[in-house]
Order: sequence, then C-alpha cells, then structure tokens
Amino acid sequence: MRLSVLNGRVVDPASGLDRQADVHIADGHIVAIGRAPAGFEAERALRADGLVVAPGLVDLAARLREPGFEYKATLESEMGAALAGGVTSLACPPDTDPPLDEPGLVEMLKYRARGLDQARLYPLGALTVGLAGEKITEMAELAEAGCVGFSQAGVPIVDTQVLLRAMQYARTFGFTVWLRPEDPHLARGGIAHAGEVAARLGLAGIPVVAETVALHTILELVRLTGCRVHLCRLSSAAGLELVRRAKAEGLPVSADAAVHHLHLVDVDIGYFDSHYRVDPPFRAVRDREAIRAALADGTLDAICSDHTPVDDDSKQLPFAEAEPGCTALELLLPLTLKWAHETRTALPAALARITCGSSAVLGLGDEAGHLRTGSRADLCVFDPEQHWTVTRESLLSQGRHTPYLGMELDGRVRMTLVDGRVVFER
Amino acid sequence: MPLRHPQLNEHGRLRHLLTIEGLPRELIHHILDTAATFVGVSDRDVKKVPLLRGKSVFNLFFENSTRTRTTFEIAAKRLSADVVNLNINTSSTSKGESLLDTIDNLVAMHADMFVVRHAESGAPFLIAQHIDATRGRGHVHVVNAGDGRHAHPTQGLLDMYTIRHFKGDFTGLTVAIVGDVLHSRVARSDIHALTTLGVPEVRVIGPHTLLPGALEQMGVRVFTDMRAGLRGVDVVIMLRLQNERMRGALLPSAQEYFKHYGLTQEKLALAAPDCIVMHPGPMNRGVEIESAVADGPQSVILDQVTFGIATRMAVMSILAQS
Repeated sequence: MRLSVLNGRVVDPASGLDRQADVHIADGHIVAIGRAPAGFEAERALRADGLVVAPGLVDLAARLREPGFEYKATLESEMGAALAGGVTSLACPPDTDPPLDEPGLVEMLKYRARGLDQARLYPLGALTVGLAGEKITEMAELAEAGCVGFSQAGVPIVDTQVLLRAMQYARTFGFTVWLRPEDPHLARGGIAHAGEVAARLGLAGIPVVAETVALHTILELVRLTGCRVHLCRLSSAAGLELVRRAKAEGLPVSADAAVHHLHLVDVDIGYFDSHYRVDPPFRAVRDREAIRAALADGTLDAICSDHTPVDDDSKQLPFAEAEPGCTALELLLPLTLKWAHETRTALPAALARITCGSSAVLGLGDEAGHLRTGSRADLCVFDPEQHWTVTRESLLSQGRHTPYLGMELDGRVRMTLVDGRVVFER
Repeated sequence: MPLRHPQLNEHGRLRHLLTIEGLPRELIHHILDTAATFVGVSDRDVKKVPLLRGKSVFNLFFENSTRTRTTFEIAAKRLSADVVNLNINTSSTSKGESLLDTIDNLVAMHADMFVVRHAESGAPFLIAQHIDATRGRGHVHVVNAGDGRHAHPTQGLLDMYTIRHFKGDFTGLTVAIVGDVLHSRVARSDIHALTTLGVPEVRVIGPHTLLPGALEQMGVRVFTDMRAGLRGVDVVIMLRLQNERMRGALLPSAQEYFKHYGLTQEKLALAAPDCIVMHPGPMNRGVEIESAVADGPQSVILDQVTFGIATRMAVMSILAQS
C-alpha cells in the first residue's frame, strides 16, 4: 500500500523538522518527506491542509485492564481509545489480575493485541511476583516474552532489601526498573495532598515527604547498583529537585509526570469531586509550576496519560472510597497542547514529550516516536485548533471518568496511521 | 467545580446544611435567632410545634452515634415530623448495595429530609449533589450530621448558640479549641463558624501529631503549650480524644496526654475568670478533662445539649421552608 499525506504541517520533534510538506509512505515506512520519490504513485492521497502531521504518540502508562478487570475496560475498547487519541505505541503497567508476572500472561496479552492489529503494545513486567514485593520475577524470561521493563505499578516495595536485589538483578541484564516514588508508610491512609485543602476538607493527607523519602532511597540504590531506573508520576517540587540533581550527577534515571498534573491542583477537588481522586494526588500550585519547569529544562523526559479506566460503581463514592484514576488516552494530546499553549512552548518541543521522549524512556530508539525518511509510518494527524467538549459520549474508552468532563479543549485527532495503514479517522 | 455552593439554592437560601464553611454571617445569625424561639418549646408541657407535620425525616446513620441520632430524632419529633431511623452500616451496604442506590430507594419512599452521618469526609455532599442532579422525586433536604473529619455543622451551630447565649457578642472574644483537631469535624466546623462570626482570635491547642499542617491558613493561631494557649481566653472548647489514638504512634498514653492537654482547674485558672468550658460529648473524664472542671461552675456542657435540640429544630424548620 502506498499513500501520501498531503500538505500538512509535518513535525518531527527529534530532528526539529517543522514545515509544510507531503509525506509519502510505502510498505509501512516513510519513503519521502516533501517531493515524492521518482516513480512513486500513491494509491490513496490524504489531505492534511491545516492539520499537523506528527509521529504517532508514545504513552508510558496506559492501563488496559486486561486480564482481570474486563468490567472496567477491555483491550478492544482501550486500544480503540488509544488510536482515537493518536497513540500508536503504549506501555501498560503490570497491575492486572493476575499481575503480569509470568511469561505466559505476557505472551497472551501480546497475542491478543496483535490480533486486534492496532496500536503497538509494550508490556511492563511485574518486578516482584504478584507485585507482593517479596520475590523477584523471572525478568529474563519475561523480557523474552516481550516485556520492555519491570515495574511495581502503584504498589510500593516495603522491604528495601528486596528492592535492592531487584535492582541488582535487573542491572545484570540491563533492564530498566520503573518505580513510582512513594513511601508506603508516610502515604498510608492518605487520599489527598497534605496541605491546606486536605486540612480544610478533613481528608487524610499524603505528604510531599512520602515522595522525597522514597526518592532518596531509590537514588541511593541507583548509586549503589548502577541500575537504570525510570521514575514514574513525579508530583512535587521537592521531588523534582531531587531528580534534577540526580541527573546532573549523571545517574541513569529518567522521569515522567502524568498529563493531568500539568494542569490540576488540590484546590480543584472542590466539594469532594471524586473525579479528582488520583494517585499521586494533585498537589499545590507551586508543585504544578515545578512540573512545568521540569518539562522545560528536561528534568522530566516525558508526559504520560496514566490512563486508568474506572467503572461508575467504583467512582461514584465518597472521595476517600472512590477508586483513584481517570481516563486519559484521548486527552493526552489536547492536554499537552493546552500546556504548550499556556507556557508558550513550541509545538515540536511539546510533542517531544509524548513522542521521541517517551520512546527513549522505553528504549525503542527509532522504532516509535520519530517521523523521518525510513522510519515506520506511525502517524498522528490532528487539527490543533479544533474545539471540542469532553463528554461521556465523546470518549471511546470504557472509562468515562475524567476531571475534564464538561470542559472544552483544543486539539482533536483526525487520523491515526499504524504501519502506513489508516486505523482511525474522524 | 460548580460555582454555586451545593448547599444553597439559586436564591442563596439554605437547601441543604452540609458545612458551615461559606455560610454567610447573616444566615448563621438567622439560624441562631430561630433556635432561640425553639428553646422555650422544650420547657412547655406540650413539647411540640406543628412546623414539620406530615413530613418524613430519615436518619441515615452510616456510622453509629446514638447520641447525635437521638438529638436529631427529638428535634424532628418536636417539630411534629415522622422519623425513620436507619443504621445503614448494618443493613444494605453489607448486602452490596451502593450508597447512591440506597439513596435512590429512600428518595422513592418520599422522604423529605435526610439526616446523614458517614465515616467518610464529603459523603453528604455526594448524596446532596446526587439528589439535586437526579431531581426525580421532589426535593429532599440533606443535613450533615457529621462526615469523617470534615464537618459537623449542627454541632458548630449549637456551639455558637451556646457562646452567644453566655457571651452575647462574638467580636471581642478569644476562643481556644483544645485536643485532637486532626481528626475532629467539630473543630473544623467551630473554626469556620467562629471566624465567620468575627471572633478576632481563634486558637487551637494540641501536640503536633494531632494538628494538621497548614492549619494557620484557616485563620487560627496554633499553640502546643496549653498553658500559653489558655491565657486570657473567654471560651474553651475541649475535643473528645478517642481511645484508638493511643494505639498508633500519635500519642504515647492517656496519662501523658492528660498531663499536658487535659483541662484541670489549675490550667483553667489561666483563662479569663468568666471563661466558659464546652465539650461536644461524650466526655472522657480524666483524659481530656477532669471531673472538677466538667461538673464545675464554668462548665456549660449540659446547656450545649439542651441548645442542641433547639438548634437542630431551627435547621430543620428553615430547610423545610426553603
């Protein structure tokens, strides 16, 4: 199949390319940007006037809820949501039921995803058996089955010796360990940022030190083991400062923040709106500003959706009882654009955080997040100006809960291509 | 976030009572004035007025509290309402019914008012917003009878009634709230009420383990030394200390707590000579307060109970009229 995407604004964040051009595709790869190669005849021409043609987005955290939570979402529904959001590659954390701690489970998931023939799936294996934090998994076997890294998802390891062993073992094979820094004791029972809002609303707090104490531990273990660690969902100014210094020191760490945390703060909880119940919690304005500054100076490598479909019964509860998380695959792009607009970040630099930046964290190299001659034709074609209102009906994800319900956003995906095939059109 | 406070209707009148935070000063005084008209009712031979005749008040207690439920029940009955008591933690939720399904069912039984006690902060907001959003059957009013650590607005109002009764004016007072502020919905409601009514100095006194951070931003002065905090105060509000606080790492023992934060006659002598002593009950004698003070001449603790009935009658009658 040969096709051409005509007259779009072609952006490749990795190379800085940003110009009006045609993109020509053959056999699933980009064969030319600009003039078509001699003898190239497109079987289909797609007009992209006024649209941005970007690499397909790469998301570092999308819960697909399979296996185990099919009543919240299925692979079909969430892979569809990914394409509707322009996401063509995604990493899924291992907090399924059972957790992804055996090669057979990973192979099954990969097999199911291949059958759907949609976005590329990069599973993260469980770092410990059952995510219980006691026994390390067969990481080498899991890697052969397709795991690209090892994670505890939202379940912290209580026993620091197990964490040390897990990092030593991962280092042996050169695997990356993904950790969300949160001290389980300091965060125990907490449901909101420990600050003025939590004090006023009578919500048990998760203090910033829960993040920084855990970061100190992790970074010390990185110094000791040399294990490469990806730090997930940073939420605080103090935490980001530790990451900044660790990077300056040359430690092999990378970091991300969830896209909602670029915008929302604890005050937005309002009158106990459980849509705002997320892990880690929305913190103070200065923390949000620190996240934005960390994206600007490269302390944060990537923005992820932290997509978590939650069913109505688990969300329509008092704030503390509601399940944390929100649907986000379809909001990753517009919320990234909103941040770029508000901070006057140039479009290529903004898109880098959800394309080549996240691809580098995953160690995918050229495999995803790039748009140049020779790269795979995974594309996200979007209208940066298109105004739309987030409603339950506007989302393909089976999870309908997001703080943005009823709000207006700019930027809507018009076409998504995987391997040079149009897999989504709106 | 909705722009209008969920407890007010489009005319700014009270539709639910969920929290004191954000209630206008005039509205609080209106509730206290109304309560004053009900204080006499309880002294009469026939302790009933017909304001809620034909109305059904459902006491929905998702967390047990015999005392609070009883005072609401008495208040509703003195207004001639029919009262239904439901202890829901022992019935439907254990059968797997969701909170909002329970509410939908009770709304369908044509309730007029829900008095809600729940262990989680914000639960009455969820219920009130759900009722307002579905609007299916009539307009059920929600009264928060205590939600988690968040609010206990009728307790806050009866405390204000008590202070006004004994002190007359709020604008020259120094008020100290002593004890487990971290876990106390009463403390939060009192702080909002006192600052709204113009009390120039509200103090909270307790060890750091029982004080939430960022408390100063609620407009209070924080003391950890009880003697310093009590100096010259006109009102002391003691908070109940639950025994379970001794089990974790918050406090070492009841004895040490009493030594530093228990109200004794000796410590009370540091306050203004006409200082009144309040407590929301039930008291732990010898833990947060000694009997000589609880039963002493400055104690108004039993007056609070009496005024509590009148205040709850006032809240229910105002809601029924909105």
